Parts: sequence; structure tokens; C-alpha cells
Amino acid sequence: MSQPQIPNEADLQAYVDGRLSPTHRAQIDLYLADHPEALEQVRAYQEQNRMLHGLFDHVLDEPLPEELITVTSSKQRRGVFRVAAVLAWLLVGGVSGYLFRGEVTNTLVVSTPFTERAAIAHVVYTKEMLHPVEVGADQEAHLVQWLSKRLGHPLHIPDLTTFGYQLVGGRLLPGDNTGVATQFMYQTTTGVRLTLYISVKDESSAQTAFRIEEQDGQQVMYWAEDTLSFALVGEKDRQRLLAIAQLTYKAMSL
Amino acid sequence: MAQHPFNEHIPNLRRYAIALLRDRSLADDLVQDTLERGLKKLSLFKVGSDLRAWLFTIMHNLFINQIPRNKLWLQNLQADEAHSGDELAEELVTARDFMHALQLLSDEQRAIILLIGLEQLSYEQAAQVLELPVGTVMSRLARARERLRLLMSGENGPQLWRVK
Repeated sequence: MSQPQIPNEADLQAYVDGRLSPTHRAQIDLYLADHPEALEQVRAYQEQNRMLHGLFDHVLDEPLPEELITVTSSKQRRGVFRVAAVLAWLLVGGVSGYLFRGEVTNTLVVSTPFTERAAIAHVVYTKEMLHPVEVGADQEAHLVQWLSKRLGHPLHIPDLTTFGYQLVGGRLLPGDNTGVATQFMYQTTTGVRLTLYISVKDESSAQTAFRIEEQDGQQVMYWAEDTLSFALVGEKDRQRLLAIAQLTYKAMSL
Repeated sequence: MAQHPFNEHIPNLRRYAIALLRDRSLADDLVQDTLERGLKKLSLFKVGSDLRAWLFTIMHNLFINQIPRNKLWLQNLQADEAHSGDELAEELVTARDFMHALQLLSDEQRAIILLIGLEQLSYEQAAQVLELPVGTVMSRLARARERLRLLMSGENGPQLWRVK
């Protein structure tokens, strides 16, 4: 019986992708039966394809974001709040250019633990009538000192009165793994509550610019700077949320 | 109303973009930019040629030229990692290792693996998208898959994702 021909690189790839004729495939099967190393490679490559489908096929079943559907419809391409728009807005707002380096995005659907924690903390404590905070705004100096110490980073509580938000106070919360987080709560005279969630950033994660993520129906604006990650939750108006983020950013970088 | 011919390709463009960028927001922006660019350049499309490959080509060029890729990958990996920390199922750990290994490939290697392994483009279509000869596509694909295999088996390269 003749030895099966040694398949070339392209044949093996085509074998992995199921793109060979049955005859050609059978020849390679014969070869692989005698070559365990090649067989191991081929199996690993097939597993790679399987993993990719396992990880990403669900995307095909997701409803498309509206802005993608409207691109090809003749409807006016309106209201799409995108990178360029955010950038332009921030530039008008006068934030220095180094802040974003082209990384500003919005409406992340993928949840990240940090924003998830911020959103959960928001929902839990803004509902609280009796004890929304641990330390009230009447002890602001103590509050700042205490939470700065626990976070290991000096904090400056932003004054958001220009947006109608008065500081209610703050609390200490568990962060990720062994870390801690803090939450500052603000409230308007009509009782609308906004929270600023801060935790120590993972050392290796890059600095990020402002991003907005949807989290349990809440818009979470978040960014990272130096050693801290910040999230703002509770303001429904995007323009205002951005402006508040900008003001908070400035206050914190004092 | 008849569907725009682009529409049937949107889910696949989106899947590819999400796998490529690991950031849904940027991925959707990339898809949107691709569609808009496609509409603008539609007069350049040859009727009867491969619309799917044409759209992927536009996306690939936008990806190569516009996205601050590596940073994003690193950021999003951390999100993935912290996420799966809660759930120690074997499958998730493997998936995480896989995502890490995929991240350690070059953009070009990742793109080629995704176009062929995930989007199941033919080698000729992939060659069109990547603007390479088919032979080069085959050798790059082989190299990329082998590198990914070695990374997954821990035989080569950094093993930082196995530390925990």
C-alpha cells in the first residue's frame, strides 16, 4: 500500500476548515492516523474554531442596535450619539486634549464589573430613605479625610450645585477582590439622586476617557485616572451627565 | 419595503467586529462606519461581485486605520477576567485563556483567524479582504493558528494569564 502523500500547510488548514473534497480529506485522515503530532495540531485548530463560535455566535441572534438599522434605511440619520459627537462636545467643554486620545466611546453593552458595582450601589442606596449615607454632608471634612485614607488617594468632592445637586454624604463599600470603594450621594431639591462611585483601579489597566454604559436601565458614565476609577449614575440627561463628569474630573484632579 | 442589500450582512459584520475589538460600543461604531462608507462608495461596487467580502474589506481597512486596538484589548480583557472570576466553571477558564491567547496575537493574525475560523470566509474572500495573495493568506493562517495553539498549551510565550 502506498504511503499517503505528505499534506502541505494549505491542505491542513483546508482540512481544519472542512474545505476539502471527500477524497482529499480521506487522504489526509490516513496521513494523520500515522502522525500524532500533526493530528494534535489539527485537532487544536479545530478546537480554536469551535471556541470562536462558542464565544461569539450569540451575537448573530442579538437584536441590532437601532443606529445600525437606520444607516441603510432612507430615514434621516439622526440622533446618533457617537465618538465624534462626544469628542466635539468635550472639546467645546474645554477638557484638555490629553484626556481622551481618541478613546471616547458610548453605550457599551458589555458589562464590566466596575460599572456593574457602581450601578448596583446606586440602586441599593438611592432607595434608602433612612440611611442613604454613612457620613453626612454636615461632616464633609471628616468624610473626605476618612474616605481618602481608605482609598489611599486624596479625594476632592465635586461641588455639583450648578446642576442642582446637593451633597448628601458618602459611604465606604467593598470594591473588587480585596479593594474598597466609596460612594458619594447627591440629591436635587425634588429628590432625584445622583451617585459618584470611586474605587481603586487595577494597576495595569490603561487610563480611559469618558465612557457611557447602560447598566440595568441606568446610564453609567465612567472613566479612570491615575489610580482611581470613577462612575456617575443617576443623571438621565446625557449632556448633563457629561458635563457633571467633566466637572468631577476637574475637581478630582485638583 | 425591500431590505437594503447590506442588511443581511450586518449581523456577521457585527460579530466579527465584536470579536476583533472586544468592545461592543466600538464594534458597533465600526460597523456603522463600515455601512456608511459602503453607502458612499457604493458606485465603486461591481454588480455581481461579492458584497460580503467587499463590506468586510471596508471594515478591515477602517479597523487597520482607525481603532486604537491594543489598548482596548487589554482593557477589555481585564473586564473579562474579573467577570469570570466569579464563575469557576472549567469552560469559562478555558474561554478566558483562549481570549487571552487571542489577544497576544498580532492584529493581523487575529483578523485572519476570525475571518476564516469565525466568519467562515473562503480563502479567496479572506485574500480579498486582507488584500493579500491566497498563498500568503494560507501561510499566515497556518502561523497564526500554530501560535495560538502554542499559547493555549503554554509551550511558548508569556503565561501571565495562568498566574492565578
